[in-house]
Amino acid sequence: MSQAQSMTMRDAFFDRLLVAMRQHENIFIVTDDFGAPALDKIRSEFGDRFINVGIAEQSAVNVATGLAIEGFTTYAFGIAGFMSMRCYEQIRTNLSMAAQVRPLNVNIVGVGAGLSYDLSGPSHHCLEDITLMRLLPHLEVFSPSDWALAARVAERSLHSHRPKYFRLDSKPVTNLYQDGAPADLEDGFCELAQGGDTCVVATGFMTQVAHRALAQSAGRAGLVDVFAFRPLNEERLFRALEKYRRVVTVEEGFLNRGGLDAMIVGLLARHDARIAVRAMGVNDHYLFEVGNRAHLHQLCGIDERGILQAIATPAARSGNP
Amino acid sequence: MANDVKEIADAALLARLKEKAAWVRRETLKIHGIAPETRIASSLSAVEVLATLYYGGWLRFDPRQPQWEGRDRFIASKGHGCIALYPILADLGFIGREELATVCKPGSRLGGIPDMQIPGIETTNGSLGHGLGVACGIAVGLRQKRSDARVYVVCGDGELCEGSIWEAVMFAGQQGLSNLTLIVDYNGISMLDYCRNIINLEPLDRKLREFQWDAITVDGHDLGAVHRALADGRQSRTGRPQAIVARTVKGKGVPSLESDVLCHVKTLNAQQVAEAVGRLS
Repeated sequence: MSQAQSMTMRDAFFDRLLVAMRQHENIFIVTDDFGAPALDKIRSEFGDRFINVGIAEQSAVNVATGLAIEGFTTYAFGIAGFMSMRCYEQIRTNLSMAAQVRPLNVNIVGVGAGLSYDLSGPSHHCLEDITLMRLLPHLEVFSPSDWALAARVAERSLHSHRPKYFRLDSKPVTNLYQDGAPADLEDGFCELAQGGDTCVVATGFMTQVAHRALAQSAGRAGLVDVFAFRPLNEERLFRALEKYRRVVTVEEGFLNRGGLDAMIVGLLARHDARIAVRAMGVNDHYLFEVGNRAHLHQLCGIDERGILQAIATPAARSGNP
Repeated sequence: MANDVKEIADAALLARLKEKAAWVRRETLKIHGIAPETRIASSLSAVEVLATLYYGGWLRFDPRQPQWEGRDRFIASKGHGCIALYPILADLGFIGREELATVCKPGSRLGGIPDMQIPGIETTNGSLGHGLGVACGIAVGLRQKRSDARVYVVCGDGELCEGSIWEAVMFAGQQGLSNLTLIVDYNGISMLDYCRNIINLEPLDRKLREFQWDAITVDGHDLGAVHRALADGRQSRTGRPQAIVARTVKGKGVPSLESDVLCHVKTLNAQQVAEAVGRLS
């Protein structure tokens, strides 16, 4: 697969696991009856380590937990909004809490981050998961921005014996990291561009949108991709941001509710930094308006144009009306 | 060191079980005496089930190696009602006997609900409805490892209103988890009312059989009956998970609790505890 081609994060993630499953007998996939082309290969080759619990997210997490207690590496797979919220209390008690006492390699893999299920409406939009998951102690949280990064965090997941949550986009994406960066996944972020007095900080698919926007800005802004909320080297992230006068955060998530924007605001406050923050995301309501992702982004003011405007004109905040 | 598995409930064993169960009941009451935050009524109904599991030779364990790979796994899913586990764990050497005096005291590892920082406790309990699903994953894992260890889970009947329980019931039946035994402490009372007035589970054993389980109903205070049910489960060749619906009395052994539908949240004072222990002695 050429780095330039588009691919879903999901298939990149599971293709890496397929390779691992051929080498290691201790990997189980647990799905809530949710599929993927890459998963079909796993299902046909490793039927004894592929478990379909039916449409039952609580069961998926519980079964994955029990297997991990017995020393297996497990991946509980489903739609992001349901894997993060339907079984939140299972993740809290059986993974986050348990990880304080013993190692557990359980990986919650949610597809459909943010507005990637655009036309399915608000039940399938996932605007809360970053807030909810980064809240839980010991839970690692990954929000990759391209498929190569999704494959790399899948590789890392094999060796980290802590519970994790992966929010993957449902749409095929191209790669931002042509040169193989970021060098260190433990940093949790990567500086994709430097320049100007403003830095755009984005996560997941919004890093792609911001990257396209900044290509039109003639180097007027920097770009930081936050692809993990834990692990996250906050000290290094601050060093990357302190050279700017202003930070613009962009996320497919609710504004001022503990997501990317809150993480950045908190980081800057802890350093007494005099850096203005403008948060871009979804205001305090759900999106019943029907439209594709570009339309929804436009409604929320987080499309390329909105990002360019935010870079050019300081304002209190931006969000959907 | 694994304890020996006895398949026949002989008279000597039953006498031992009776003695142990009575001791566990008294000790559980004493714990409540120093820790009134504990759910005493719910703990008293499961005493015979727990005593049979631990002293009847059904659970294999090694107190010196609580995580011994060959152990049978026991999940106390009805966490609130498992204070009766503390005297058992102390008696068997998982924890120190002196620790029983520290329950719910600052700095103790023995809280109002057993959790996984206690040797011999596999999971963090208290959030109802999780134990059976986690046990299913453990059972699949043991099967994959070709282990002959079994998984035992104790749930309360009020707990069976949790939807995740039925996700697990369907999963275990579908997967044919014959190394899994569910024991329902069927005391008939949830927190606010009789279970039959909240969500009527009857006929529970038949419901479970419809979900591809082997299921029987026994008197949960009849040590011999519980013992035989566990033996039948271990000897079963049906390829199905086993359920024992243990009919019990909430607050068993304390008349003022037994007769009160709100006994789940009832607390005994020191004098009542002393009287109850005296009667049981």
